[in-house]
Amino acid sequence: MNTNSVYIVDGSRSPFLKARGRPGPFQASDLAVQSATPLLMRQPFAAEELDEVIVGCVGPSPDEVNIARVISLRLGCGDKVPAWTVQRNCASGMQAIDSAFSNILLGKSNLVLAGGTEAMSHSPILYNRHMVNWLADMNRSKTTLQKVKTIASLRPKFFAPVIGLLKGLTDPVVGLSMGQTAENLAQKFNITREEMDQYAVDSHLRLVQAQKNDLFENEMEYIYDDKGKTYNTDDGVRPDSSLEKLAKLRPVFDKRHGNVTAGNSAQITDGASWVILANEQAVKKHNLNVMGRLVASNWAALDPRHMGLGPVHSTVPMLREQKLSANDIDYWELNEAFAAQVLACVAAWKNPQYCQEHLGLDTAFGEVPHEKLNVDGGAISMGHPVGASGARIVHHLLNVLQRNQAKLGVATICIGGGQGGAMLVENLQ
Amino acid sequence: MSGENYKHWTVEKKDNGIVCLGMDVEGSSANVLSATVLAELYQILTKLSRSPPVGIAITSNKEKGFIAGADVKEFTQISNQQEALELVQYGQTVFKLLDKMPCSTIAVINGFCMGGGLELALACDYRIALEDPKTRLSLPEVRLGIHPGYGGTVRILRYVNPLIAMDLILTGRSVSTSYAKKIGLIDDAIPMRLLQGAAEKILLNKPSKRKTPKISKVLNSALVRPIVAMQMRKQVAKKAKPEHYPAPYAIIEHWQKHFGNENKMLEHEAQSVATLSVSETAKNLVRVFLLQDELKALATSGNEKVKHVHIIGAGVMGGDIATWCVSQGLQVTLQDLHAESLAKARQRAYSYFKKRLKKPLLIKVTMDRFTLDINGYGLHKADIVIEAIFENKDVKRELYASIEPKLKKDALIVTNTSSIEIEQLCDAISDPTRLVGLHFFNPVTKMPLIEIVNGAQTNPDISQRAINFAKQIGKLPLPTKSSPGFLVNRILTPYMIEAGLLHETGSSINDIDHAAKEFGMPMGPVELADTVGLDVGLHVAKLLSKAYDYNIPNSFESMVNAGNLGKKTGQGFYTWKKGKKVLPKSKSAEGNHEAIQNRLILRLLNEAVACYREEVVASKDHLDAGVIFGTGFAPFRGGPINYIETTGVVSLLSALKTLHQQHGKRFEPDSGWQDFDE
Repeated sequence: MNTNSVYIVDGSRSPFLKARGRPGPFQASDLAVQSATPLLMRQPFAAEELDEVIVGCVGPSPDEVNIARVISLRLGCGDKVPAWTVQRNCASGMQAIDSAFSNILLGKSNLVLAGGTEAMSHSPILYNRHMVNWLADMNRSKTTLQKVKTIASLRPKFFAPVIGLLKGLTDPVVGLSMGQTAENLAQKFNITREEMDQYAVDSHLRLVQAQKNDLFENEMEYIYDDKGKTYNTDDGVRPDSSLEKLAKLRPVFDKRHGNVTAGNSAQITDGASWVILANEQAVKKHNLNVMGRLVASNWAALDPRHMGLGPVHSTVPMLREQKLSANDIDYWELNEAFAAQVLACVAAWKNPQYCQEHLGLDTAFGEVPHEKLNVDGGAISMGHPVGASGARIVHHLLNVLQRNQAKLGVATICIGGGQGGAMLVENLQ
Repeated sequence: MSGENYKHWTVEKKDNGIVCLGMDVEGSSANVLSATVLAELYQILTKLSRSPPVGIAITSNKEKGFIAGADVKEFTQISNQQEALELVQYGQTVFKLLDKMPCSTIAVINGFCMGGGLELALACDYRIALEDPKTRLSLPEVRLGIHPGYGGTVRILRYVNPLIAMDLILTGRSVSTSYAKKIGLIDDAIPMRLLQGAAEKILLNKPSKRKTPKISKVLNSALVRPIVAMQMRKQVAKKAKPEHYPAPYAIIEHWQKHFGNENKMLEHEAQSVATLSVSETAKNLVRVFLLQDELKALATSGNEKVKHVHIIGAGVMGGDIATWCVSQGLQVTLQDLHAESLAKARQRAYSYFKKRLKKPLLIKVTMDRFTLDINGYGLHKADIVIEAIFENKDVKRELYASIEPKLKKDALIVTNTSSIEIEQLCDAISDPTRLVGLHFFNPVTKMPLIEIVNGAQTNPDISQRAINFAKQIGKLPLPTKSSPGFLVNRILTPYMIEAGLLHETGSSINDIDHAAKEFGMPMGPVELADTVGLDVGLHVAKLLSKAYDYNIPNSFESMVNAGNLGKKTGQGFYTWKKGKKVLPKSKSAEGNHEAIQNRLILRLLNEAVACYREEVVASKDHLDAGVIFGTGFAPFRGGPINYIETTGVVSLLSALKTLHQQHGKRFEPDSGWQDFDE
């Protein structure tokens, strides 16, 4: 063991539950608490012995603003364990792990619970600006006459709701929806509708296979609602997914001429995911059996219109610094925001012109083969609870490496707004 | 004033002229109003009334609660009605002085406030209470076979609608501060941070006192009172017979006949309490109350508290034990092989807490202590592990052997078995002295008793820790020997078998249950069998009959085989619809209830005598306590042994002998009868 090493000790997640119209049975903190409780219960240390709790969450509900603190207290970590929430859009869960990584490297913490949670089905419906103004006027109206006047000014359009989720999925600077940025990439790298749909089918079939083989047994906890129902599987998967079926779906973002459909995009989903990070001191103190080592991380930013290429921009410098090439990486987890976006990343990595122009390489970065990429499915089949996905792919990657007795893996994620995050992990099992 | 030293009170005069009386009864963790405590209060008030301060605030200096009520032990020392009357009248004198103080008075109710405590508060001009779930207010005297005697029945009517006031006095139930505020029992419910300031502000500003709601005038009027009283009597009759429980009837009578003139009503209140307090019912109920203290006192202090309980088996018992432990503030992990059973247990817990706690936030943080643990991750962290799986010796033994290596070295290993002796289980553990039984009763959230079952090998320290745990979770520990059926099931089983035999020989289930209820049982044996579940009952009866050779009625077996298991399947001896029994059409035959009652009760008593002879529990008191708190045995009769001793051995024994001749061996008097004084 190395004194400068940061270890990933263990991890867990909730089942990823597809949003089905109405708010799901769990709030974001419920998902987090129910999935972290067994994780902490099986550790040889007490929850109070953690140095901090860091949670990624894009949109905590108004009653859980610093949701990390809510979760930490609900987990029984006690009054004295600090907890903070991080937000880097779709990479919030990975940001939580990275923040833990930094604090451990800096010597500020020895033992950290980090992860992410999101209850996208609970994202708020808001009043529009007209309605907010009208409510303010109503509040200010004192006399009966004023009140009558204000009431008379009410118009039907005031009632049009603002869907919080859609606002969040639209870039506020360039004004494109995330799906439209994926359309940009499809056009740039000539990715066809069929290629996207084929990728989506593969994602579903890979997840089905993984579920059949119980590959998530050590990764996922049972969670339970108040009505006596048990949840123990990622329920967005479509075992009957096929090209024919996907071909029937209409594009949702560029409705008339686009290719990105609900079927080849990540699902809107509720879920939480966790890892425990420790330095050598904590590992020795509690005699912990570690899963692996977090070797390096990197963040990069790029044109928001091409946000889906964030993984390309974040991984290449990280691996170059580690003196590693594409071939040295045994497995990849690249968060499946859109099939077009995953395929564009793979295309960009092996495109010499793109790599020269944008990454300062002399040649192409290299090949990331389909057999090594997202081998158990991803956000298209499993869903993408935006706060949680970044943590899930890091934890899952270690399980994939362990299962295949492989050594090195990269987990990477694209981020709305034009960023990318990447982490390099080493299997120690 | 401040120079004075009192044993049970502190007197502090503030700069603003307010005097704070702090009650701090010597040598007791909770405040009780004993005669000496009242005498000191009288002394203090007399002095204060000579040069009245701006106002008087009365509060408790104890960490726990305001006032727990009168000193119940003093009741047991009363030998006749005159003594009782003097005791009550003295209390009334003290509170009258408080009531008539020339300055404003306020009760600052900083915790539970019961009986005499609430009567004291009612004698103050104002009452404010600490807003906290632990602050509960009640007038529970009826549960001791009496009613409030320090003016409570009189002064409560100044502020509270008589329908509600009478309900509180008749049921003895406790109420929350928010409800107390709503009905006018207190002026306000205030959080701790503002409580003292609010009290002083009220004393300085003297806001107008709370008035009784307008509807009270009508309800309290001479014309309406008899009608309302009649309705009340009807309600009470559904739950208690006047010959068993005279107090509720006396309370209604007291209000109906004596409302109007407060002084006269006070006089009658004292008379009425004095009469009731020397009745057999009151004596027995007081004894039952003190028996609770006796069982609680078995726990020792100083031992470290249990923080984390791991329960294996998410059936009704396991799930409900988990729920109860969670409700008592413990961290609980519940393990089962099946996620569905765990989910169901969680759902039951959720609906229990939803009903009890109401506030969503409170429910959430409470449920966070309840972890469903399909993988058994909690085993290595728990302070105590409770096994509550189905009754199979071999499976239990296997389980113990498999979990033992995972446990903390000093974790308590407990079985909730209701029928297997500890000796048959304990050697599956490498240290057999480590196993102890904690026999909870169904429904766990309601039944106050836990049998602490000691095997011959059980280490006394382990047993003591089990007792302490029972006390910690607010239950009454009853140490028993690990003989088949322990105490409660053993005594209950012949009684229920006799009910089955009576039914087979032609008595209607109505008559049987009626006879038991006439004796004072809260529920008849047939209904009880249906409620417990005939499969469970049969299983226990079979196991016990190996040891005691019972003649189990065939109807039990055939009904279980037919899948008619009682309440849970909708059909048992009774038909059940939506959890309520449907009364059979056949009317009960008059006249033969006594014969039925004799057969039921004498079998129970005979078994109680056998248990006493075999020293299944440590004492007669423990036996009575166990049967009352474990079965609900008519509390006003003070338990089976007390019943035997007050009724007389001779008559009971001769009745038993007659039955022995008529029905044979099962009524053979136990040899233990000869140890009872005739």
